[in-house]
Amino acid sequence: MKTCLTAIISSLMIFSPMAYADKWSDQFPHIKATGDIPGDCSYEKMSKKNYKGKTLKINTHAIPVMGEPTALHAEQFEKLTGAKVEVTHTPAGDLYSKAMVPFQAGQAPYDIVFGFSNFINDWKRYLAPVPKKYMNSPEMKDVTKSHMGVSSWDGTMYQYPVDGDRHYLKYRKDVIDNPEMQKKYKADTGKELKVPTTWKEYGEMAKYFNGWDWDGDGEKEYGSAEVMKKDDLMFAAFFSRSVAYAKNPRTPGGFFFDLETMKPNINNPGFVEALTDWVEATKYVPPGGTNFGLGDEIGSFGGGQTLFSFSWDDAFIAAMQDDSPIKNKVGAAPLPGANKVWNRVSNSWENQYNQAPYIVWGWAVGVAKKSKVKDMAFDYLCFFSNGANHQADLAIGRFGVNPFKNSDFDPNIYINSMGWDPEIANSYTKTLLDMEKSNNRVFPLRVPGVFEFTSAVATGTSKALAGQLSPQEALDEVAKEWEAIVSRVGKKAVQDAYAVGVKMEDNKL
Amino acid sequence: MNFKHKYFFLFPGLFVLIGILIFPIIFVVRLSLSGWNSYNPGLDYIGLENYIRLFTDDPRFWESFFRLSFLSVTTVILQYVIGFALAHMVWKDIKFKRFFRVLFLVPMMTTPVIMTVIWRTFFHESLGPVNDMLSIFGVAPKWLTDPVIAKFTVIIVEVWQWTPFMFLLLLAGLLSLPKEPFLAAAIDGASPVRKFIYVTFPLMAPISIGAIIIRLIEASKIMDTVYVLTSGGPGTSTETSSFYIFIKGLREFQMGYAASMSFTYLIIMIISLTIIAKVLTKVLLKE
Repeated sequence: MKTCLTAIISSLMIFSPMAYADKWSDQFPHIKATGDIPGDCSYEKMSKKNYKGKTLKINTHAIPVMGEPTALHAEQFEKLTGAKVEVTHTPAGDLYSKAMVPFQAGQAPYDIVFGFSNFINDWKRYLAPVPKKYMNSPEMKDVTKSHMGVSSWDGTMYQYPVDGDRHYLKYRKDVIDNPEMQKKYKADTGKELKVPTTWKEYGEMAKYFNGWDWDGDGEKEYGSAEVMKKDDLMFAAFFSRSVAYAKNPRTPGGFFFDLETMKPNINNPGFVEALTDWVEATKYVPPGGTNFGLGDEIGSFGGGQTLFSFSWDDAFIAAMQDDSPIKNKVGAAPLPGANKVWNRVSNSWENQYNQAPYIVWGWAVGVAKKSKVKDMAFDYLCFFSNGANHQADLAIGRFGVNPFKNSDFDPNIYINSMGWDPEIANSYTKTLLDMEKSNNRVFPLRVPGVFEFTSAVATGTSKALAGQLSPQEALDEVAKEWEAIVSRVGKKAVQDAYAVGVKMEDNKL
Repeated sequence: MNFKHKYFFLFPGLFVLIGILIFPIIFVVRLSLSGWNSYNPGLDYIGLENYIRLFTDDPRFWESFFRLSFLSVTTVILQYVIGFALAHMVWKDIKFKRFFRVLFLVPMMTTPVIMTVIWRTFFHESLGPVNDMLSIFGVAPKWLTDPVIAKFTVIIVEVWQWTPFMFLLLLAGLLSLPKEPFLAAAIDGASPVRKFIYVTFPLMAPISIGAIIIRLIEASKIMDTVYVLTSGGPGTSTETSSFYIFIKGLREFQMGYAASMSFTYLIIMIISLTIIAKVLTKVLLKE
């Protein structure tokens, strides 16, 4: 039934342009590739709403990532409905506090607040649940199970899905698949050049391809672009590197903590091994790479500076844009795994291959419970993610909108409307789809005071990357801080919240 | 005559003082005695718990404070020396005096955050022009990723941005100096160096003390430069007190704890700046 529904929606998305392109894409060139796509919040449907005289206030991220599509769809929404939409742009690091301060003061200066999906525990009491009308819409039924889970808390959806995030590996296909390079690599190292399946292979290849002009453009290229800048989402990059060593499918009951005791796992040998690899990675990033934030990572890999990268979709999409020098020269693959995984129950390494997808937190958006224009706010969000807007947004790397609907995994979308090479489109959609199907996934930490936990990880790991502490010392410091946070927040409160995430990881939700 | 009504004229000023100074300080003190955070909003009372945590279990705060002391003292000394030199230069009758006076003020007129973004681009180790030019000489300093060099990068940006302020104050001081001591020195045949050491510098001492103290107060709040340039990294090597308080308060939303740090920091700054002002007065004015 679900497959059938997906097929119908995909077909509608592919063939509908013929019927609607003329009417709406003339006025709104953003959707010229598809035209309007029928749905509950299509351009056609929205044009019948009348919000004249009403004002919608939105707090979103700075331009371009998520800020640009928010402003663009706000402008379109104004034209269609007559509403006035005021958009405020805020740096990523301040999104939480900019909403939280008025929330705690009992005010609602913004009707819609953008943030990250891991804010859900702290924000949910101030957000209005998504009404049934939208929950039952065909578009919502198309959202993947993972992202329904990410947007919801214990069965109630508080965040309207507009984006789907996960970390995966991006690589230069023109190098890895190049027979001459394969021969050279084999001759120099005695090893096969292929898409790395372990972090050790990733490191070896990245080191080999670091600091020389391997694509003949006259510039030096480097091994890997990673988010290593303190407090700029680096903790998520660290978790991506940790899942292979520390998410053991045979030890359910918590990746970040042992759910029963709430003892942090963050300094166990699995995480330490990952941090040791990461410290080693400082040797094969571009100059200044240890100060790269997400924007730098996108620009570096997307601009053809490195062989590998891993994190959100944005760098891959940037590389596949029409204006990219490496369009159709990149590939997507699951995050590398490891040939050993830590068993926290037996306190020993298991010498077998392990790989775990990281369904990392991503952009999320909610409607303030105290908003006086909730209907209009939800209509705006529904319009934001309607079929036509969503497909157009997916094609623009800097927008930060990534697949989160089952229909997004149809490679034809990327081949027909974005001009992707079929092999690349297939590998991309397969990589994402396989993550959805995996039974060994890690979801973001979503507990009260989540920022304290992630900030402690950023501080500890950045000290290790800077050489101030060894990996073990750094993670011992993080574990100590996590224990102190659990004690301050209250063990029961953190445990109850963490149990919801563990249920998802253990495939019980 | 009854002049009691004169007290009514004090009310507007008093009202503003209470509103923008006294109330916030009282509120910060009260907040510092609460556990206000993201999951427990409100002014509950937890006694001195935050202060005990700060003094017994938070070496990062003290590390950031000593780092701040190093950064602010170094930047202010450099700003004073360079600012004095520039002011002295345009105090004399030189060509294009007016042009230089305006030119030296330009950095101060720019927005600090925007200028720091530009400096970050300059110092970008793979894309920035600074290392591109230095590569001619075969060097490529790690401006933002080496724990030691990153501190000096912060100092460079701060000195560039705020030397003009020092220049402005010192130039105003130089222009207001009496002419007689200089005439007397000239009649006695004093060389330019002796004239500077024995006439200009002592006469400038009061304004120098004022300028140094004003800049120290400002420099002790270094935040935007660090935020944009390094985010306190690599590791914690450029983290200053105000940046650390910002992280705890507005990133992690530990409002109560951040308030206790802010209040402690305020007390420390009041005491240390008072001592510095006394010492400077004693040394420079020989009181």
